[in-house]
Amino acid sequence: MISIIIDRKKTLTAIKISYKRFINIIPAFLAMLILVSIVLFFVSDKMISNYLGNNDKFIGITLASLFGSITLMPGFIAFPLCGILLKKGVSYMVLSAFTTTLMMVGILTYPIEKKYFGVKVTIIRNVISLFIALIVALSIGFFFGELS
Amino acid sequence: MKMQNKHIKALAIVIYFVFIISSFMIGFKPGKQIGHNFISFSIEMLKLLPCAFILIGLFEVWVKKESVEKHLGKDSGAIGYIWIILLAGTIVGGLYVAFPVAYSLFKKGAKLSIIFTYIGASAICRIPMTIFESSFMGIKFSLIRLIISIPLVILSSVWLGHYLEKRNYRIMEEK
Repeated sequence: MISIIIDRKKTLTAIKISYKRFINIIPAFLAMLILVSIVLFFVSDKMISNYLGNNDKFIGITLASLFGSITLMPGFIAFPLCGILLKKGVSYMVLSAFTTTLMMVGILTYPIEKKYFGVKVTIIRNVISLFIALIVALSIGFFFGELS
Repeated sequence: MKMQNKHIKALAIVIYFVFIISSFMIGFKPGKQIGHNFISFSIEMLKLLPCAFILIGLFEVWVKKESVEKHLGKDSGAIGYIWIILLAGTIVGGLYVAFPVAYSLFKKGAKLSIIFTYIGASAICRIPMTIFESSFMGIKFSLIRLIISIPLVILSSVWLGHYLEKRNYRIMEEK
């Protein structure tokens, strides 16, 4: 709004750029939305809590990072879910693997990331992120005394 | 080859929508569920994306290339990383908002390692999200997560930046 008052022409250019960028990326977003809607049908909250409740920690972490990577969830759904799981006795370590991969590793955002950065970089970045998530999970386990 | 790919994609999208619409008509439950997922996520994104893209547009016209280059470009030091993490902390949405912003930053002359730090940081340390997280998981959990992950994000971004610069990597050119 302030921008319009200061300089009309520049603002108009800005809107044009916004519009062009937006239109350019819409197909990738559509692809992502379609994937999200299908994946979330197969991977429900209930399923996640069933599997993460697994007693073996390492299976727990593996499954948690798998779910975290393949799904996409807004924070206002993911964290309350984690809160519930925590009360159910799921360890911090497993939950951190889940939330960190959820945030950093995006298999579903692949169509968008690919469009900006190319296939190779997208894959490298996601693999690195997966490792970071695992290190974070192990550290959380260490600090909460859950490793042994 | 490329053309063919496009046709397959378009066909897949059409099949998807036909499937959803017919599911609603005949009351096929899984299809309806998928349709609901699609709609709720689309609404979520339509709330965020137009604002995000307008901000990107404004950023493109108002922020000078020199100033981005100075603070986030090749000669920016450690402070550049602090700036970009703070900037990432204020973003809303998720990776899908971070990508277009990162692209804009790149065009304005920010260096690659800064760009990847931005993407990583906007995934892990968005301030509103972290506050929300700690209310469910406890402050200790959030703090450990941030203290461990931020250095790792910076290190891996620096590495990836160097690696790609050696190979003359270019981010997508605008069509």
